[in-house]
Amino acid sequence: MVQLTLPKNSKIKTGKTWSAPEGSSSGPLRTFRVYRFDPDNGENPRWDTYNVDTSKFGPMILDALIYIKNEVDPTLAFRRSCREGVCGSCAMNIGGRNTIACTKGVDEFKGAITISPLPHQPVIKDLVPDLSQFYAQHAYVAPYLQTTTPEPQKEWKQTPQDREKLDGLYECIMCASCSTSCPSYWWNGDKYLGPAALLQAYRWLIDSRDEATGDRLDDLEDPFKLYRCHTIMNCAQVCPKGLNPAEAIASIKTMMVERRV
Amino acid sequence: MSNSMRTPLGKVRGLGSARDGAGHFIAQRVSAVALVFLVPWFLVSLLCATRGDDTAARFANAEAWLSHPFNAILVLLAVCGTIYHMRLGLQVVIEDYITGHTMRIALLILNTFASYGLIAAAVFSVLKVAVA
Repeated sequence: MVQLTLPKNSKIKTGKTWSAPEGSSSGPLRTFRVYRFDPDNGENPRWDTYNVDTSKFGPMILDALIYIKNEVDPTLAFRRSCREGVCGSCAMNIGGRNTIACTKGVDEFKGAITISPLPHQPVIKDLVPDLSQFYAQHAYVAPYLQTTTPEPQKEWKQTPQDREKLDGLYECIMCASCSTSCPSYWWNGDKYLGPAALLQAYRWLIDSRDEATGDRLDDLEDPFKLYRCHTIMNCAQVCPKGLNPAEAIASIKTMMVERRV
Repeated sequence: MSNSMRTPLGKVRGLGSARDGAGHFIAQRVSAVALVFLVPWFLVSLLCATRGDDTAARFANAEAWLSHPFNAILVLLAVCGTIYHMRLGLQVVIEDYITGHTMRIALLILNTFASYGLIAAAVFSVLKVAVA
């Protein structure tokens, strides 16, 4: 059966509480409950609580995390890079929903803000998940132009109408928020490619310049790789870029039917 | 042999694509379309056919209703279509939630046997009334 409870060594315990130094606060305090796990000490994961002065950092959740790491607890580990919603590095589960920390405002939440790593992935440390399988699934769909026709001297041409078909697909930043919010991906992530990889697959399937559409569909037609999507729609709900992977997957399924009838 | 040393891409590629699944997808949707018409007809028609003053009258009315070739054929289509659709759906549920390979295969076989058994029983029952 699917695993519905956490294994013994993954059960989360209550951790430390870090209070803001008395008399130092100049702004309102906010509470962050952050998932902590260190594979080196053999202990179970824990929730650490940080009470921090919001006047000390910028408006975003990532600003708060960077403040906590720089000023409160330097042992906290998380990924971040561009801090403007382009790189997808800081994807995590914030307030029970996957998103990227750099574009999520602290003021969008009430009460204590819970922050944990992307669900159902192996945790390397604290908020850093191991996304090796996720990236391998992206590689599986061959996310690049495949052609047999000799390369033109200047460029592969595409009409504006065909180019428009890539809108809503090419913007994906591969943050993994969608795939790790999908129950089908939780239960069968080793076989199901997941919404992010399938969105990218469709991005190349629908590209008028690509000549490997049939081969791509062959590689996707599988009860697990593609058809585990049951249009649960968590992917579309959480995508921080407002994309709709479920719709892209439905379009792939339509293409599968089209080539048969 | 343990797969723990395999690369992530090796694991994801696994045994490759089954080149199958679209047929199941089409069958599930086509049977659903048929059932949208068949099931309401079956329920309404059955309720109308089983009216009467007493049990004996209701039974006789139902028997007469099912003996009509049009009704018998549509009842067979509704019942067998429902079981067929259920088999396809249960297969997906088993594939989703049962992770053990042996248990998964055993339940998939059981699902197939139970579905064909139910279809055989339904066909026999309807024909027994309609043809007798």
